[in-house]
Amino acid sequence: MAKIVSKRLNLWYGDFHALKDIDAGFEEKRITAIIGPSGCGKSTMLRVFNRMNDLIEGVRTKGTVLVDGADILGENADLVVLRKKVGMVFQRPNPFPLSVYENIVFGEKIHGERLKRDALDEVVEKSLRSVLLWDELKDALNRPALALSLEQKQRLCIARLIAVKPDVLLMDEPCSTLDPQATMRIEELMRELKNNYTIIIVTHNMQQAARVSEDTGFMLLGELIEFGKTEQIFTAPKDKRTEDYITGRYG
Amino acid sequence: MMRNPYRTQRIAFSFLFLATLLIVVPVGLIVVIIIQKGLPAINWQFLTDIPRQGMRAGGIFPAIVGTVYLVSGAIIFALPIGLLAAIYLSEYSKDNMLTRLIKLAIVNLAGVPSVVYGLFGLALFVVFFKFGASILSGSLTLGIMILPLIITASREAIESVPYSFREVSLSLGASKWQTIRHIVLPNAIPGILTGTILGLGRAAGETAPILFTVAAFYLPRLPKSIFDQAMALPYHLYVISTQVPNVDEKIRYGTALVLLALVLSMNLIAVVIRYKFRKRKKW
Repeated sequence: MAKIVSKRLNLWYGDFHALKDIDAGFEEKRITAIIGPSGCGKSTMLRVFNRMNDLIEGVRTKGTVLVDGADILGENADLVVLRKKVGMVFQRPNPFPLSVYENIVFGEKIHGERLKRDALDEVVEKSLRSVLLWDELKDALNRPALALSLEQKQRLCIARLIAVKPDVLLMDEPCSTLDPQATMRIEELMRELKNNYTIIIVTHNMQQAARVSEDTGFMLLGELIEFGKTEQIFTAPKDKRTEDYITGRYG
Repeated sequence: MMRNPYRTQRIAFSFLFLATLLIVVPVGLIVVIIIQKGLPAINWQFLTDIPRQGMRAGGIFPAIVGTVYLVSGAIIFALPIGLLAAIYLSEYSKDNMLTRLIKLAIVNLAGVPSVVYGLFGLALFVVFFKFGASILSGSLTLGIMILPLIITASREAIESVPYSFREVSLSLGASKWQTIRHIVLPNAIPGILTGTILGLGRAAGETAPILFTVAAFYLPRLPKSIFDQAMALPYHLYVISTQVPNVDEKIRYGTALVLLALVLSMNLIAVVIRYKFRKRKKW
């Protein structure tokens, strides 16, 4: 069953029609990549799934988005519950100006679970282990997170998210500030994570989409042109525009 | 004539440096002159005794205590209100007529001459609310005077916290208020402190707002409650400088020195706190 289903999803920024009739299903425990040129609406679509677009004034949506079968665009949708379930990794690593430890326990603090110190310690260790950062940082938990390297910061942000126990990880070009080696290692981490999480990644980097994802969607000017198995999209695209983009004719 | 960019630059730098130097000189001179003339008056008795012989001898203890009370009262009143208003204005308010009106009011509040605050305090607190000339009336008047300062500084501090921190906090399922409380405010504290310090200094030094609302010409005892009148350093300085004949110069400068030291040491404490926060938080 699809974890996230979008039916005739439309979105406007004021007068600008940014998403047009998006129909898609995002499968559980897989990596789905969304590719397309700048301004095609791929980040916008990602931000619909945890309602981050709500922060922008003048945004209107129409249509339905179901997460686990529940409509998240309705008036009654509980944003706190939604965002706990559907978390986001941003383009620029953005740890809080706190220690490594405090960054990870932020979610616990927010969600009111008054855990004892050793329970928190456990959360920190588990989260850091799951992003393969524990061995590097176990002796530096009180160091300021802003002193870490870019890659460590991005891993820490993923760990901070995992500590909230989400089901879905939305990744908005998570490697665009990283060097190629770090990018490779983050991709490896994504493959590891997909055993437990549904991952949707927006990326500029077509090789990255081809490397990590099982499904791929291609977007252009607010439309989801083609959506299918990554292999099929990259080897035998059905739409001419997808082919043009993949072969580098524009974008 | 050949243009020589390096010479032009050197000349420009000299002027910039000169202008900067001009800022330092008066500050230095004020401090030096006041210390030089006031220091001989400073001794234990001067700081802890009541004024004697028609304020021509004795100490200034009641005025020190009065100023400390007034400044504390003003901050207790203005900091919570100013901070809450700043949070509302920068985080919650929508850009509409009412908000613009409020912002305009704050700007104008900052531009009101201090003597007008004095009259306002007299009318509202002393007469209308029947607080009389009292520490309460004076504190509230000073508090209103420094409100715009605190609001403006707090707003700037709150708004300088990067948007990405708020975004990520919300994306982790935090509510708006949790985001403000756990992320925005802790990072805005240095700036808020700065505003508070400026407010403290201003409240301690102003004469006009306390003139009609609290200040006693001569009250050789300590205030008993917030409904009591009190002496205050700036007004006392005015009195012994202009209203009482034959006051020794060193007593006047000694009083000025105490006032200056009080304000500067408050600033120093806050600077230290700010420095500590700065070292901890960087982005």
